[in-house]
Amino acid sequence: MKDLFWHLVGISIGLKILLIPAYHSTDFEVHRNWLAITHSLPLNQWYVDATSEWTLDYPPFFAYFEWLLSHVAKYVDPRMLEVSNLNYDSKGTVYFQRLSVIATDLVYVVGVRSCLGSLGLARDTQQHFAASMILLLNVGLLFVDHIHFQYNGFLFGILLLSISFLVRRRFLWCAFIFAVLLNFKHIFLYLAPAFGVYLLRFYCLEQVGIKSQIEAFLKLLTVGLSPFAASFGPFFEQIPQVLSRLFPFKRGLTHAYWAPNFWALYNSADKVLASALRVKADGAGATSGLVQEVKHLVLPSISPPVTFALTVLFMLPILVKLFRSSKSQSPLVFLRAVVLCGCSSFVFGWHVHEKAILMVLLPLCLLTVVNREDARYAYILAIAGYFSLFPLLFDPDLFIPRYSLYMSYVAMLYGQLYRVFPGFRGFHVLEWLYVLGFLAIPLYEHLLAHLLGWHRRLPFLPLLLTSVYSAIGVIYFFGGYYLYALGIGSHAKWHSSSSAETVEKTRKKKRKTK
Amino acid sequence: MKSEILAAAFLGLAVRSIISLHSYSGHNSPPMYGDYEAQRHWQEVTINLDVGEWYTNSSNNDLMYWGLDYPPLTAFHSYLVGQVGKAIDPEFVALHKSRGIQSAEHKRFMRSTVVFADVLIYLPAILFVCLSLDKILQGQDTLFLLTLAMTYPGQFLIDNGHFQYNNISLGLAAVAVGGILRGKYYTASFLFTLALNYKQMELYHSLPFFAFLLGECIAQKNIGAFASKLSRIATIVLTTFAVLWSPWLGSSKAALGVLQRLFPVARGVFEDKVANVWCAINVVWKLRKHLMNEQMALICIGCTLIAALPTNIAVFRNRSKLGFLLALFNTSLAFFLFSFQVHEKTILLAALPALFLLKWWPNEMLLFLEVSVFSMLPLLTKDNLLLPALASTVAFHLVFKCFTPQTTSDQYGILKNIAKISNLVMVLIVGASLTIYPPPRFPDLWPLIISVTSCAHFVLFFLWGNYQQLTCKKMLQNK
Repeated sequence: MKDLFWHLVGISIGLKILLIPAYHSTDFEVHRNWLAITHSLPLNQWYVDATSEWTLDYPPFFAYFEWLLSHVAKYVDPRMLEVSNLNYDSKGTVYFQRLSVIATDLVYVVGVRSCLGSLGLARDTQQHFAASMILLLNVGLLFVDHIHFQYNGFLFGILLLSISFLVRRRFLWCAFIFAVLLNFKHIFLYLAPAFGVYLLRFYCLEQVGIKSQIEAFLKLLTVGLSPFAASFGPFFEQIPQVLSRLFPFKRGLTHAYWAPNFWALYNSADKVLASALRVKADGAGATSGLVQEVKHLVLPSISPPVTFALTVLFMLPILVKLFRSSKSQSPLVFLRAVVLCGCSSFVFGWHVHEKAILMVLLPLCLLTVVNREDARYAYILAIAGYFSLFPLLFDPDLFIPRYSLYMSYVAMLYGQLYRVFPGFRGFHVLEWLYVLGFLAIPLYEHLLAHLLGWHRRLPFLPLLLTSVYSAIGVIYFFGGYYLYALGIGSHAKWHSSSSAETVEKTRKKKRKTK
Repeated sequence: MKSEILAAAFLGLAVRSIISLHSYSGHNSPPMYGDYEAQRHWQEVTINLDVGEWYTNSSNNDLMYWGLDYPPLTAFHSYLVGQVGKAIDPEFVALHKSRGIQSAEHKRFMRSTVVFADVLIYLPAILFVCLSLDKILQGQDTLFLLTLAMTYPGQFLIDNGHFQYNNISLGLAAVAVGGILRGKYYTASFLFTLALNYKQMELYHSLPFFAFLLGECIAQKNIGAFASKLSRIATIVLTTFAVLWSPWLGSSKAALGVLQRLFPVARGVFEDKVANVWCAINVVWKLRKHLMNEQMALICIGCTLIAALPTNIAVFRNRSKLGFLLALFNTSLAFFLFSFQVHEKTILLAALPALFLLKWWPNEMLLFLEVSVFSMLPLLTKDNLLLPALASTVAFHLVFKCFTPQTTSDQYGILKNIAKISNLVMVLIVGASLTIYPPPRFPDLWPLIISVTSCAHFVLFFLWGNYQQLTCKKMLQNK
């Protein structure tokens, strides 16, 4: 098999270009506004300006990134750079912003290439092709970046680069790149524990002698903190103001649309109990979408520290496992730890967005092609996770594109897994039933709701169904995959060790041939 | 792999629905608009007027404004779609008042009717032919052929972008081709008659069907079997025609009136720049100055028949599956190159068999399919579809290359170079047309260069196809 990586890159660019005129969300205006703020205002106003409701709430590197983009944007349509020109979306603005996402996706391409190389996948293998395909043509990124509008591809590219340096044992580079990533978008803090533990254990503590251990630790600290200095330095006098923008805890437990996590189930359990016990709400309920604050009627209300504690608690076991894993297995356990840290914070985090599922899905793509059992779990999460993004694409013109892209991707993923792991059988019966259950949601949303006339009385029911039903899959994955990653599952141990060794072996082989 | 075939089919659907988000022909261009408005106007006419009035000029049916000029099946389809549209919003099809309507809701409705036809007819039809080819010839090319058919930009740029329903006529024709491949001649005759009654352009495919079926009849052992087979096919075809044309068969005047609408000699040999022989000749020798329309029409018919004859005689005498597909390709090219009133879009009729011939000549047919999109670029530029056209064509090329390790061998050495040169020329022309403004004396310079270049390719493909048909040993296999 030829190396078809760049072919796939080309195909994905083609597909992204076709999506340019698709509906874009308010995030489009968010980023336009940031272009305007960074271009037209002095630095000390960036995190203060509140002309638009979409204030700058990403860390400074991302602001610098927008500032760089704005210097191209001024040649396309200078009007998009006026701070007061709210909701401006001329043709030039749309093409510029869309193309900037497509262009910066090249970072993602480099990240994918580098990561697959570091995992020791030879370029002419089915494995490499499969991994390239599911990462480069990732339907989640198409949905969130190229329809909804965000720059996740670029950011995940940096994440993948950082992972690849870790697997190649270039630890300082890894720490540096990951710190840079945190200064682009701080949500990646959720994955930081896995990086931290790994670097501490396999870089610092690996050194012989306490002195060189401390030395290594200081080196790591310096390298890891320098991006923060570069990023926050210019805002030295405004740090509290910047931080208050980055961490707005005034938002509620769940987003307007509930991300498919534990709190979605918690909220709906509360609703069900409330109606069963006939507890009446005073004012708007949680599903109304207008109020961000959720008031639970029966179950205890949840405060940010509770979600934080739960998140950390659920990260601990895999971090311990990572700390105690052997050197040869460590890259594989590390990847699983990244996935599970992302998943813990997705399942229990405060005010989680549905898009954050990408932080679980994309690193999982790497594991998908390495190990049959990982692939099985990844497939279950793919079905539920990508499905749960549909509410982002609520424009009626996008109904057919979203379902067909999703179906095409999921079927393609199955085909690729079947080629990589001959005889791959996805699910057992109950899992199949769960997967088939997803058919009921669009069936209700587009047909039954209209026949029954419920689409007016209960406009949010399809969203609720999507969220709750996907949440079941996400939590099932979280539990099952967690046990498997800890080696508690039935046949997990043999698989994990064997594949870890193959990764390590192929990696070494490659190095030798070089 | 079933799941990959599913993935390819859904990819086709995805691309079609995504192209639907783009602009269409005649958007924001009153007073005539474009094909989108034509299709909508036919819905308006068919649901508001009696069947007998559909093709006749009246105060309620101004034939100068997109009068119905497709055969009855299109009219019935317009009627059905129009009824659905009326149920959604009567404004869509209100007589006279609805002209030039351009709302987001209406676009969504119109676009989904095309995608609906894709799902119902075109996609299953292509899948059916791919599976038939694999079954009869013991191949394993379904995934390759289906993926390329699903991502062939010409089809979806015209149907889902520009706005037409070629997917219906081509889909019906494709099922008929599948019928021929599987030996179901009666079903094939019926379906092809439907296709022909949806769009008269299906005449481009009719000669090979005729030659193949006639050859099958004559090949019967005795005169009784011959007569019964021939009469059955004739009955199927004529009955289908009679049923579809029944509203206009009451008087010969009405029937002739419809026929005149379908074959408008008065509209001239070609309208826009088109990549055929007449348009190329016209560059140096102005046809309109020297020849009357009627004369020109006769010359066209004569040349077309002469050009189509060899390949169809070959099919008549040697009815191999491959020969039949090749004859469809050659004949539709002959019609495209030589017949009267050719539109750029009709190259899609040659592209349909080309999609199946990819199985035998992947590299040649890839080039042909790319040239076919190239030849439609002036039209697509007018519709604001240039960027998606270029993006999807490059992606199509790359999709093909993803499959080539399984399909190529070394014998394509020379061809590869020719294909490279052709690709380069096309890229250069596109690049130049985007950057260099034509001199004011020749505002149509780039469309002309594009059509002449495409025409040269099509002529070569026509000669190549006939050469293959008459000499290739592959013809003798797989009878």
